[in-house]
Amino acid sequence: MTGKSVLELLVFVALLAAGAVPLGGYLARVARGDRHLLARVFGPIERGVYRAMGVDPAREMTWSGYATAALVFSAIGYVLLYLLLRTQGVLPLNPNALGAVAPDLAMNTAISFVTNTNWQAYGGESTMSHLSQMFGLGVQNFLSAATGLAVLVALIRGFSRERASTIGNFWADLVRGTLYVLLPLSLVLALLLVWQGVPQTARGTVSATLVEPLRIDDTTMVTTQTIAVGPVASQLAIKQLGTNGGGYYNVNSAHPLENPTPLATLLESLAILLIPAALCVTFGHLVGDRRQGWALLAVMFVIFLPLVTMTIAAESTATAALAQDGVAVNAGPDAPGGQMEGKEVRFGIAQSAIWATATTAASNGSVNAMHDSFTPIGGLIPMWLMQLGEVVFGGVGSGLYGLLAFVLIAVFVAGLLVGRTPEYLGKKVEAFEMKMASIAVLAPATVVLLAGALAVGTTAGRAGVFNSGPHGFSEVLYAVSSAANNNGSAFGGLSANSPFYNTLLGAAMIIGRFWVMVPMLAIAGAMARKARVPVGAGTLPTHGPLFVGLVVGTIVLVGALTFLPALALGPIAEQLSAR
Amino acid sequence: MRALLRPALVCCLVFSVVTGIVYPAVVGGVASLLFPRQASGSAIRGTDGRIAGSRLVGQPFTSGRYLWGRPSATTPAYNAAASSGSNLGPTSAVLDSLVRARVATLRASYTAVGLSAPGDPIPVDLVTASGSGLDPDISPASARWQVARIAAARGVSRERVQAIIDQHTERPWLGVVGDARVHVLAVNLALDAERP
Repeated sequence: MTGKSVLELLVFVALLAAGAVPLGGYLARVARGDRHLLARVFGPIERGVYRAMGVDPAREMTWSGYATAALVFSAIGYVLLYLLLRTQGVLPLNPNALGAVAPDLAMNTAISFVTNTNWQAYGGESTMSHLSQMFGLGVQNFLSAATGLAVLVALIRGFSRERASTIGNFWADLVRGTLYVLLPLSLVLALLLVWQGVPQTARGTVSATLVEPLRIDDTTMVTTQTIAVGPVASQLAIKQLGTNGGGYYNVNSAHPLENPTPLATLLESLAILLIPAALCVTFGHLVGDRRQGWALLAVMFVIFLPLVTMTIAAESTATAALAQDGVAVNAGPDAPGGQMEGKEVRFGIAQSAIWATATTAASNGSVNAMHDSFTPIGGLIPMWLMQLGEVVFGGVGSGLYGLLAFVLIAVFVAGLLVGRTPEYLGKKVEAFEMKMASIAVLAPATVVLLAGALAVGTTAGRAGVFNSGPHGFSEVLYAVSSAANNNGSAFGGLSANSPFYNTLLGAAMIIGRFWVMVPMLAIAGAMARKARVPVGAGTLPTHGPLFVGLVVGTIVLVGALTFLPALALGPIAEQLSAR
Repeated sequence: MRALLRPALVCCLVFSVVTGIVYPAVVGGVASLLFPRQASGSAIRGTDGRIAGSRLVGQPFTSGRYLWGRPSATTPAYNAAASSGSNLGPTSAVLDSLVRARVATLRASYTAVGLSAPGDPIPVDLVTASGSGLDPDISPASARWQVARIAAARGVSRERVQAIIDQHTERPWLGVVGDARVHVLAVNLALDAERP
């Protein structure tokens, strides 16, 4: 691990913090429905959308009404996307004449994008028409992220209200999040990325004459290079900002047209964590105590920083397959060194490792290097970050509402230790909330383990494995961890486009999304109804280092106890057998 | 339930238009005004005026006269219509033998022009497949490893080859972000322009 790698990490963290603080304040104003500049510009559009939808944004919903609206909205989004993928062959904007997407793949893909997972069992440039990319996948990139944002805002209202029966209007939260947050940020990022070289064009391909024709065998020569282009930048921007992760190209942001320069990769990897980090600041604003937000952000950084450092260190070394006689694996100013299989030279080790950690800490799942080829430890850390439940930054909205489930468990455990009724933000945490928080924490973990067991226990599951030995097991474990926690990244070797995996992972994504979302909304409803308890001598302050340590401990303990046995069979076994 | 269907449907449709059509069109429109070259794929043209490639997408080179890029896991190599990494695991025996073969091929490229291969070990990026299979760059050390071969195959001085490589070397952004890299296609076009 070089000094420059450390410097790159520091630059990344400093820029992230510098962006998250002002954005967090702005997000709070949007969530409250305050007046701000963009509301004056886009206000007429917002009101027009409400009229067309036939909803009154001021009419509040109970938690169950809010949850039903979110579920119906996701279901409608699923049906429309599925139909589009099944009919893309006869629809316009299909310059490369691609056929309809197969039923099981269309189902898996539609679930994947509606649940903000963006697991991709297909190669983008060879499967999806421009219409599907823009009108189908791109739209759900916005709407699934906005749904997560809305649910989080509702949950925060639950904490900040007293004796209230409602937690806001889903439609208003959804529309505001899309119009005032995701769209403007995406527009700016997309243009910056085009400047760096990401295409944005209606054309399908560019044909080039190779400088040196490539001889395949005695009779075949390749003389041209067909370069897939399209409306890449617009989709790329929201895929990063909305913690979606579904790339335009098969290799996602490792593709030089999807991620052309080190500056582009810096912007894209910042965009992964920007909104999830900012939402902690927003939380502090909305509950009326900024320190509460800082504490949650501190929890995220305390887990993230050691893990990202370990990933950089792991990838700076090379396994025996690369470190052979005649190969130089040491880093220097003129050579990246390290585990370069599956990585791009322009990013080197540090930017690849930072991205891999950020994309799995957040539920983004885009990649700029092939995780399957990472060192065993370098692959273990992204996998474990997903298994922690996508609460270290996590998805837009969903990350913080998932973290709040752990927060409730932490205050409950702390309360048990000293024999007091636990409270959070002045609200008593009682049996109902604990049940709901437990479901939210345990449902994805259970699905990871059960789906993993099913996949390695069946012929259909084992058929998709590419690498042999413990690494093959890692491929499966990574896939189920990614799906059940709505991440979407993959150990790309796994052949996941089979009816078996499309169905299994589709089900995992649904449970991972909605079995967290609905219990958290139930908590929102229960909390909103409660009266606030005055702060007493025995109240545990939830903004200090002690509290941060308790929450970190809870997350790490649950994650370690649940997954260490499985991890031991995969990456840990591989690391031990490596030398 | 009926009361929810209308807002759900209308919302999906309205935002399909706003985020699915208006947004990409606005990005495309502004991009074509401000950054027309990048927006259409950063094409570069050869001396004959034909599109010789994209500035950002690598091409395969196998002749000793050219600077070689990184191994590519696509089929065929550097297939820009179907990007792919190898996805071989870090302890894969296949990866181990592939790297061994790549070392042998690179060393043999020297014997083919009547030189003995350099004693220096080959930088790791030159014997590993990139994530995309389309990596346009190699490290400056990997370029340096090939200089003597290119010079011999073309009958030009090593200093001249190294000078061309240096011209097409980019340093990390602001000295910190990203890694130093040599643009393979640009170097080869410059080599050809020098002495066709």
